[in-house]
Amino acid sequence: MTDLPAVQPGQKKLGLVIDLDLCVGCHGCATACKEWNTGGHMAPLTDFNAYGDGAWGVWFNRIHSFEEGDGADARTVHFPKSCLHCEEPACVSVCPTGASYKRAEDGIVLVNESLCIGCKLCSWACPYGAREFDADAGVMKKCTLCIDRIYNENLAPEDRQPACVIVCPTKARFFGDLGDPNSAVSELVAARGGKDLMPELGYRPTNKYLPPRRAKPVAVPVLAPAAACATGGADDGGNALLRWVDRLLSR
Amino acid sequence: MHPALSIVFFTTASGAGFGLLLLIGLGVPLGLLPPDPLFGFTALLFAFVLSAGGLASSALHLGRPERAWRAFSQWRSSWLSREGVLSVATFFPAAVFAIGWLLFGATSGIVGLCGILAAILAAGTVYCTGMIYASLKPIHQWHNRWVVPNYLALALMSGLLLLDLVLNLWVFWPVSAEILTLLAILVAWCLKEAYWRFIDTTSAPSSVASATGLGARGRVRMLEPPHTEENFLLKEMGFRIARKHRVRLRLIARIVGFLAPGFLSLIAVIASPGLGTIAAALAVISAGLGVVIERWLFFAEAKHRVTLYYGAEVV
Repeated sequence: MTDLPAVQPGQKKLGLVIDLDLCVGCHGCATACKEWNTGGHMAPLTDFNAYGDGAWGVWFNRIHSFEEGDGADARTVHFPKSCLHCEEPACVSVCPTGASYKRAEDGIVLVNESLCIGCKLCSWACPYGAREFDADAGVMKKCTLCIDRIYNENLAPEDRQPACVIVCPTKARFFGDLGDPNSAVSELVAARGGKDLMPELGYRPTNKYLPPRRAKPVAVPVLAPAAACATGGADDGGNALLRWVDRLLSR
Repeated sequence: MHPALSIVFFTTASGAGFGLLLLIGLGVPLGLLPPDPLFGFTALLFAFVLSAGGLASSALHLGRPERAWRAFSQWRSSWLSREGVLSVATFFPAAVFAIGWLLFGATSGIVGLCGILAAILAAGTVYCTGMIYASLKPIHQWHNRWVVPNYLALALMSGLLLLDLVLNLWVFWPVSAEILTLLAILVAWCLKEAYWRFIDTTSAPSSVASATGLGARGRVRMLEPPHTEENFLLKEMGFRIARKHRVRLRLIARIVGFLAPGFLSLIAVIASPGLGTIAAALAVISAGLGVVIERWLFFAEAKHRVTLYYGAEVV
């Protein structure tokens, strides 16, 4: 049934914490996700016109880039986004077949592909764009939180993490139990003021985003205007030499 | 939202079919409509072909149509599933009503009760259709109080126009039905105008800032999308309609969907039966086209919140 599992106190809620202060927008997590998952639980992640115009396909993770603020305080924020494994996932409750479900044991939202009729209603119900229709298979696919890695006893314990977390070169992604207030990820969220995306909709996402830190104001040394140096008359020999070389080369 | 023609056709046709079924299922057992079997056969044929045809068309939209039967299972949480269950459930009492009426000439007793039950289920199906859209929180233009009344009113209007045509065909003088039709057209039109006013004057309380959790430094805007090509999300939910097209299509929907059917229904009241039938037929065709345009706009004008991640400022 697409009814949501009853929430118990201290329920395990596996999810990701993404540090927007550290992400450099390298798209490594998206690539690692595609690489692992195209052979994983929801395989394949079909591509169309992969090598030509109009290339498109199934991705579970995408990196958006935003600008925040104006002037000297402004900054570029790279923003990876995958399924947030919400506590109130409307994508699950709208599913007419029961293909979409939220696991009671760890909160992961999954699709049973053999039940999916491809009506796409779940993709309409998700404000975050986490659902990906595979037009070739005719079914909906989505991020599995690498369920085939995190519980995989064939992998070394340190590798039992989502592919996107392992690959991140700046260690901007963290995986853990957000239902446990004492877990490393929960403490990180508390310390950095981790944010929910679109909290106004009430989906209560599990994944949290750590906003970029505010830099301490630094006294910036005021430099002499470059033009004054270039046109200065009584300069040192170095500049005179450069001007002579410039004139010579400009002939 | 991308206006898929299979869904536009499905909601228009099944709305009209279930609207007509609602009217005859109530009207005949209550003695408001003639128990004539020829009238009954034509009216039920229209109702069945349109509602069943619409449902078949909706299956074309599915990625795996052969599994469509699975959609009947999740009625406890899903409006789409409820719609499926009710639409199929409607056909059972409707079939008893049709057989009892057309073959045995009975319109009261069990047959009449089945007619009334079919009418209730038909209305419930249209209500569920509206709720599928009205329950989707990410789309402000759908998640509002105007959507369900619009679906119900347009289904009733289409059903009444069809009923007038069938009454005219079998030379019944449907003056009271025509007056009811004019009233239904007026109500449906007012509700559509109210819906358009609502979506023109309000927008979702979400922004790029709330979608990203950013904004401590000031204004948030997209710098780069995740890729240079389109993706499923943009194909399905990033549909945009130009303002000039929107204005023009709304005008066409007003004229073809409400004004012309109203005028033609008025002609049908005062004209001779032959001319009245032609006017009623033209009213049905015109309203059908108008509702298709209205339904296409209902999708095309809907803005999904996911577009906030792709450069949209307001949804």
